Amino acid sequence: MSNEGNIKYITTPLTEEAVKDLKAGDVVRISGYIYTARDAAHKRMYEALEKEQGVPFDLEDNIVYYVGPAPTKPGEVVGSAGPTTSGRMDKYTPALLAHGLRGMIGKGTRSQEVIDSCVKNKAVYFIAIGGAAAVIAQSIKGEEMIAYEELGPEAIRRYEVKDFPAIVGVDIEGNDVYKVEIPKYCKIK
Amino acid sequence: MREMKVKEVKEAIAKLCMDACYYLPEGVLAKLKGAVDTEASPLGREILGTIIENAELAKKKGVALCQDTGLTVVYIDIGQEVHFTDGDLYEAINAGVAKGYTEGYLRKSSVDDPLFDRKNTGDNTPAIIHCNIVPGDKVHIIISPKGCGSENMGALRMLKPADGVEGIIKFVVETVRNAGPNPCPPITVGVGIGGNMEKAAELAKFSLSRNIGEHNDNPKYEQLEKKLLEEINKTGVGPSGLGGTTTALAVNIEYAPTHIGGLPCAVNLNCHAARRAEIVL
Repeated sequence: MSNEGNIKYITTPLTEEAVKDLKAGDVVRISGYIYTARDAAHKRMYEALEKEQGVPFDLEDNIVYYVGPAPTKPGEVVGSAGPTTSGRMDKYTPALLAHGLRGMIGKGTRSQEVIDSCVKNKAVYFIAIGGAAAVIAQSIKGEEMIAYEELGPEAIRRYEVKDFPAIVGVDIEGNDVYKVEIPKYCKIK
Repeated sequence: MREMKVKEVKEAIAKLCMDACYYLPEGVLAKLKGAVDTEASPLGREILGTIIENAELAKKKGVALCQDTGLTVVYIDIGQEVHFTDGDLYEAINAGVAKGYTEGYLRKSSVDDPLFDRKNTGDNTPAIIHCNIVPGDKVHIIISPKGCGSENMGALRMLKPADGVEGIIKFVVETVRNAGPNPCPPITVGVGIGGNMEKAAELAKFSLSRNIGEHNDNPKYEQLEKKLLEEINKTGVGPSGLGGTTTALAVNIEYAPTHIGGLPCAVNLNCHAARRAEIVL
């Protein structure tokens, strides 16, 4: 986003204090470490939490990125790595937020239950541009395998990111950017 | 009779898989560039700019445009004068997909079985293969990798004949609105009308393999494609679903004769990475 003056720069770990001023629609750049997890990894973490077992990384004040990257080509840091549809993780999300997860990056709409859970736990949902996978990969500076390697693209990886581009989708007051922006351009009832 | 070794098909498919996933068709890129000039939302224009930058970067680096390189949909029209030798054609097609996805650093997204084990097959096979026998001695292959973000938002409805054109428009627009940001707009909308339940779904998917900008040959259906595009772009969904006037780049309709009692309609959405690659052997 070229609107440089209005960009908010945030870093992980993402504290309650840091998300307080983020509003739905804000353009942000995220730096620090984020953890990848999508469908299968979420199912496993959810089941582990239900059994009161640990999950592969500390959720507290961390951000999960919903992504299953393409394999890394020689000479590249990571393969193409754009967001996947967040709604598929809705079933598992409130449990992760209740255990301290502060942020999620994905694309698409969230359930009311997830939005309510963001308010309750002071967590934020960030939107990355779906399909901008090669551009987004440029903001990923390092990669480390954390868990579930056998899941291939669905394994949990830790990414070191610098100025990862995103937009605040749901803020801690429960405002949802999609519900605000789409009606502005809608010309049918 | 023309003899063709199945290995030739395998090698062609491997290359097509890589080409389709690295290079956005020029026509799609041109549509995206055109949309930058007409999009009403400033954020929408920026998102379109990022999508164009992404396509150019992927092409330059020879990497996947999108990490979701999809299930591989293969259309193969085989001239009836062709005789395949040295192996099983379907095995060769899948071997080509496996080779393309492995050597091309493309993501393997196929799991088997779909419900209980969901174990990744490791090489993106099996492909979804649509095979037709046609006159002649050529083999025409189209590869359309299709991601699941958009695939999940498709819908099929068994409309009544009395629902007519109005019913079709209502159902298609409703499907796009319900999909909202999830299928990565600006989308291409594939519509299959007629046939029976499975035929309508196949037609909707097949319509997406068309080169963007081509219309149905039947002027009535061409008009309906244009009308639907206009209606869809009134939904306000916009680029990435963050609001705007560019929700779809194109609407493609395919139709087939149907039963006196039916009007099946399937809608298959494609993301802005409307990927395809083709070759005639």
